[in-house]
Amino acid sequence: MTLLRALLLGLCLALPAQAQEGAVQTLLQSHADDIAKPSRRTIQPVLDDLAASGLPGILPFLEAWADKGIVQRDADGLFFYGDRNGDAYALRSVEDGTDAGTAGRREASELKPNAGVRKLIATTLVTFQLNDPDPDRRRAALDALSRNPTPDLLAPLRASIETEENRALRNRKEALDRLISIRFGTDPAIRLAAIDWMSDQVSLEARAALNAVLTTETVVGGAPEGANVARRLETGEDFTEAQALAVLARAEIVPDRVGRGDRDAALIAAIADGEIAGRPVATLDTEAARWAAYDALARAGDAPPRPPEGAVAELIAANPITEIYDEPDPAITDAARAALAEVDARVARAQVADLGLDALSLASIYFLAAIGLAITFGVMGVINMAHGEFIMIGAYTGYVVQRVVPDYTASLVIALPLAFAVAAAAGVVLERLVIRHLAHRPLETLLATFGISVALQQIFKNIFGTQAVPLTSPDWLAGAWTLNDVVGISYIRIAIFILAALFLALLVWILRRTRLGLEVRAVTQNPGMAASLGIDPDRVGMVTFALGSGIAGIAGVAIGLFAQVTSEMGAGYIVQSFMTVVVGGVGSVFGTLAGAGLIGGLQKGIEWLNPSNTLAAQTYMILFIILFIQFRPRGIVAQKGRFAQ
Amino acid sequence: MSMASSWHKYASPAEASRRRPLILRTDVLIFLAILALVTLGATLMAQSGLISTSFVKTLGKTLCLCLAALAMDLVWGYTGILSLGHFAFFGIGGYAIGMWLMWDRTEAIVQSTLARGPLPATDLQLQEAIGSQIFGVVGASDIPWIWTLAGSLPAQLAAAILVPGVIALVFGWLAFRSRVAGVYLSILTQAGTLALSLWLFQNDSGLRGNNGLSGLQNVPGLESVPQSTLSLWFLWASAVALGLAYLAAVWLVAGRFGSVLRGIRDDEARVRFLGYEVEHYKLAIFTVTAMVCGIAGALYYPQAGIVNPAEIAPIASIYLAVWVAIGGRGRLYGAVIGAAVVSLASSWFTGGGAPNVNLGIYTIRWTDWWLVLLGLSFVLVTLYAPKGLGGLVDLWTEHRARRRTGDLGPDQGALRAEEEQA
Repeated sequence: MTLLRALLLGLCLALPAQAQEGAVQTLLQSHADDIAKPSRRTIQPVLDDLAASGLPGILPFLEAWADKGIVQRDADGLFFYGDRNGDAYALRSVEDGTDAGTAGRREASELKPNAGVRKLIATTLVTFQLNDPDPDRRRAALDALSRNPTPDLLAPLRASIETEENRALRNRKEALDRLISIRFGTDPAIRLAAIDWMSDQVSLEARAALNAVLTTETVVGGAPEGANVARRLETGEDFTEAQALAVLARAEIVPDRVGRGDRDAALIAAIADGEIAGRPVATLDTEAARWAAYDALARAGDAPPRPPEGAVAELIAANPITEIYDEPDPAITDAARAALAEVDARVARAQVADLGLDALSLASIYFLAAIGLAITFGVMGVINMAHGEFIMIGAYTGYVVQRVVPDYTASLVIALPLAFAVAAAAGVVLERLVIRHLAHRPLETLLATFGISVALQQIFKNIFGTQAVPLTSPDWLAGAWTLNDVVGISYIRIAIFILAALFLALLVWILRRTRLGLEVRAVTQNPGMAASLGIDPDRVGMVTFALGSGIAGIAGVAIGLFAQVTSEMGAGYIVQSFMTVVVGGVGSVFGTLAGAGLIGGLQKGIEWLNPSNTLAAQTYMILFIILFIQFRPRGIVAQKGRFAQ
Repeated sequence: MSMASSWHKYASPAEASRRRPLILRTDVLIFLAILALVTLGATLMAQSGLISTSFVKTLGKTLCLCLAALAMDLVWGYTGILSLGHFAFFGIGGYAIGMWLMWDRTEAIVQSTLARGPLPATDLQLQEAIGSQIFGVVGASDIPWIWTLAGSLPAQLAAAILVPGVIALVFGWLAFRSRVAGVYLSILTQAGTLALSLWLFQNDSGLRGNNGLSGLQNVPGLESVPQSTLSLWFLWASAVALGLAYLAAVWLVAGRFGSVLRGIRDDEARVRFLGYEVEHYKLAIFTVTAMVCGIAGALYYPQAGIVNPAEIAPIASIYLAVWVAIGGRGRLYGAVIGAAVVSLASSWFTGGGAPNVNLGIYTIRWTDWWLVLLGLSFVLVTLYAPKGLGGLVDLWTEHRARRRTGDLGPDQGALRAEEEQA
């Protein structure tokens, strides 16, 4: 009963609202003439009034108005959102955007505010958005504002700082206020203060703002009186002779440079009776001869002259080229230069920190990929070329689990232990069927496991196809942790780092604190003696192999989350893993850690020096490792003892 | 009684074979005869149209691969250095000769184009045109310094041999000097190979990045010779190279040098204690085989028509080891058999020559399953037949040896010792 009554009541309230004009329409109608035919001088009070109303419908109206999306029905002067549809306008109510019928092309007129009015509307809009109750909309407005800052937006921005409650947004608003002040402000003191504040920042926006103050103009023939001179350009240091000539040519001090193409075109045009300027065409088979012929043509006036060669130094001495700041106040430019240097230094330091994070994350991937190889190599003295395929098996296990369990978080929780189990099982099978029979023949083991690797890759390719399959990370791993504009790291990489740290701890615990670890260490040091003391090296070998392969499976899931899962993904990691083991020292967990750290750091470091070229980075890294092996042939943490080979 | 007399004449069968001129040794004669027969037969069949030009090229390429496998056998089967980088030397040889082929042909084309222009071409124009023609695909037109001598055939032929030699010398000196051996050396050579192929993959390496060098089947100056004839010439050249290399290898391993190599393979420390400079022997064989691989590559790629960095990828060098292992390492003909059988089988299976096997529920397409078969059979060979296909020869010769003297088999010291251990 109560429900019914409430419904009825709601209906009664809704009906008159639809029949009558709404609050927005009423407000608009009170300024109907100014809105229909706005001018830059009269519209501001109207906009202020609209803004002051606080009605939610005003904001979309202003957006549509600036975008020429509002029509006025001629019959009753009401305003609507209007979409031109052939010969008619589809009308929507300005209150809530509901359908309000149609009007013929001649029954309604589009509002076409001119550019000046649109600018004022935009300013009002920004004011609106900056004070929007929704923080996301305020943030979006700030984003738009910082992309395209203009001086007239400074006032609404400053006004909105006072009322801002969100601390992060308030900081951004203050930063933006200073950015705009630096570029467009008129009071030198405020600008200097803003520049000074900017020098503490690590943001690309700060750099852009400071660079905008330091724009220059190139002037030939000495700077005018009172100009804020940036520097005098010298050939050889600031620019090349060709660039200097180009600047002089723009100032019409020397003729335009004649290119070789233009020269040849002029020569070809001047061919007469097999001769050019009295020289037989056949003799023009050197550059010098062609230039000589061209100069002869130019002297005769048959071709445009070219700038004198070898006289650039004198020309520049006679016509000094200077760069002048567009900003006339030297105090401002000096401060901006100093601040820019400071910001650059901060950004460089932040980049080093970011590089360190990158290297750390790469190192943890290499560690996860290589640690299994390192312990099997240490215990059994064999190289397992199929190790990379265990990584691949782990990644495909993750993929299959995701096909069965659609929830990404749950599937990841299932996939990690399952990948360990599947890869460990594969490792045990490989150990029992192949590696055990090749004991003491490391080179044969290397090749036999390579055969396994080729076969496994092809089998997985036949099953899952050659295309990469997706292994999607859960949403809570999708973002990135950003400290500032420069330093940031994705959550997946943090998770991999944690995973690597966990396995490091686990392995150290197993090796140092358990019976198995004792046996593993004994077999690593001296298999014969260990066997004499009642340790079964075969069993230890098998368990180690299972453990090592299992960790490779886990690494596969981790790698699959950020890289492509293909049947060849393991092969891409195998050489790096080997080098990690060799550099670190065989059979040592901390050696592998050091090797992974060295290789990861080195690779990122070289990439930083030559960022355009990751391939070259890998080349140089491998060359470095080959040299490194010269000096520490047994790796960073060398195995000691009689049986260490 | 011939058996008894020969036992009296020579202290051992091994010595018997050593005193005979090498070229008259039965295994050498058989090998050369088969090689000559294959080459002659292929020539005759190609002339009468029984086999296609592309098959002649496949045969010629196979002979080059056999040559590389022979080198691999010397360095791995005889000296025990499992180099996973010898195919990189093969690729370098191909690049060296490819540079000349490409440069000379481009130069001729550019010259004829420029000659049609109204002005006689200048050197600068010529260089620029060649540069943009060759390096346009990687968005460059400057000629990198490595192409300085590309216009000279003798220089590039020398480079095909010397560049692998110098690289092997420097790498080997660094590695052997610090006593890097066994799997460490294998990994190091593999890493070096990866570094080389990654470097070649870059566009600014000066060798056209992943496009590699192409159009190598057209030999400048021989444009009038049809490909069918040219392919036969290359087949003959490859056969002669393989035959000469085989003779040289037989000579090398028959003498004292070969004995030291086998000694290093079986017990490096003992050879060192006997006073031999083990490192020098290893370095010598490593460098010489690298140069042989360079020659093989220089003969291979004009027949293949294209060389790119993927050819140099580490996996190719491992396949080289696989061929030698399947053929039977430690015996020269084993390497040749392995390379020939596996590479011909590979092109038969992957080329769709092998019939699909219908199992009712699943059809085995060999283009998909050949690598599985190869990988698994390789594992089986390593596990159960370490002598490889060459072991089949032993079955026959052991049977025959009861009737006649003569030792065809290689030294088996290492294999025997390993079998005892296993």
